Amino acid sequence: MSPISRGFLGRRHPVDDPSRVPPGQYVTTDFPVLSAGPTPHTPLEEWTFEIAGAVDQPASWSWDEFLALPAETPTVDIHCVTKWSKLDTSWKGVSVDTLLERAGTEAKWVTAFCDGGYTTNLGLDDVSGGKAWVAYEFGGAPLEPEHGGPARLLVPHLYFWKSAKWVRGLRFTPADVPGFWENYGYHNHGDPWLEQRYQGD
Amino acid sequence: MVELVDQTPRTKSLVLDVPDWKGHRAGQHVDVRLTAEDGYQAQRSYSIASGPEDDKLVLTVERLDDGEVSPYLVDVLQPGDELELRGPIGGYFVWEESLGGPLLLIAGGSGIVPFRAMLRHGIATGSDVPLRLLYSSRALDEVIYRDELREAGNANGVDIELTLTRDAPSDWNGRRGRIDEQMLDEVAWAPAEQPLIYACGPTGLVESVADTLVMAGHDQGRIRLERFGPTGT
Repeated sequence: MSPISRGFLGRRHPVDDPSRVPPGQYVTTDFPVLSAGPTPHTPLEEWTFEIAGAVDQPASWSWDEFLALPAETPTVDIHCVTKWSKLDTSWKGVSVDTLLERAGTEAKWVTAFCDGGYTTNLGLDDVSGGKAWVAYEFGGAPLEPEHGGPARLLVPHLYFWKSAKWVRGLRFTPADVPGFWENYGYHNHGDPWLEQRYQGD
Repeated sequence: MVELVDQTPRTKSLVLDVPDWKGHRAGQHVDVRLTAEDGYQAQRSYSIASGPEDDKLVLTVERLDDGEVSPYLVDVLQPGDELELRGPIGGYFVWEESLGGPLLLIAGGSGIVPFRAMLRHGIATGSDVPLRLLYSSRALDEVIYRDELREAGNANGVDIELTLTRDAPSDWNGRRGRIDEQMLDEVAWAPAEQPLIYACGPTGLVESVADTLVMAGHDQGRIRLERFGPTGT
């Protein structure tokens, strides 16, 4: 039970719809930047996206090949563990389902790997079934480097650290391997509706 | 909370007596949660300003005019009031003596807060890791921990460089202007010396400092960043 903070009224957000804004979050209209290291700048001609690890058929796409894949334009709400949520964000990218079509795997876990060395782990269930994309446009324009461009993972139903910036591939693993923030005390799954912010939540 | 210390016109330090505090590492933060009488809650993260060796936990909070939690912490909270904390949180943007150096800390505005914890940790442990701090503020009266930083700069192996970006007094003998390539070139160790670098501040400053350091040849794996503040970029 939380103690009452004497004299705290709060700046209520009448627009915050509890069916869309998870507990402990507030709505922002701008797009904060959070990352642990410098922004990488990989030339597009060197960029590839890979499906790797425990798969029947590893796959790799160049930038041009990736743009030629069937794209989707999801409009989704995103939720950062640092408490901000942003509603109705519009993206363009390739569904992870499309990327997995030709790979084939029995593995139940995925590590997203990125330029700059960032990793995050996800269950196969969290990246398949129309729940995850590799996005390269935001708001109708190419995704800016500080927001993860040229391409980032987009997994809007989990806290946004799972939506890895500068993503370069998905590595399938037979066992769950904690990623960068998951090794530093953040929750392994990260469901904002259950407030799975930190280990033990 | 046991004490409130004015740092700048917009910034105060909250000195907290936390029962059962299990200790922290320099650079970690806590989540502060406020609860109104009707149960409404708001929570935000604040860097810990005290060193692991200090006996009281200190948060230094900058009042954001359009903020929800910081105006309460700076203007309303009084000694004797209770505050709900969660933490310590974060394990990457931390420095401890065993990580070595040389250690380069680059701060903008209230981004200085986690570095106070690192400085105090270095001093309390008698660390011989060379340390340089480059700290950018708009004006002299916005420099947080001014006296403490001046004193820390007298220690062996500790170099404190302040720069003022907007108003500098005519007799100011520190640096002037924003942190740019030339200033970093003058203050930072050469890439060959493999400094361990931390930068904390508004996104614009942190992005440009990190880009400049990478271009200059510093190992991106030895550059750790933290951003804060109003969410606008």
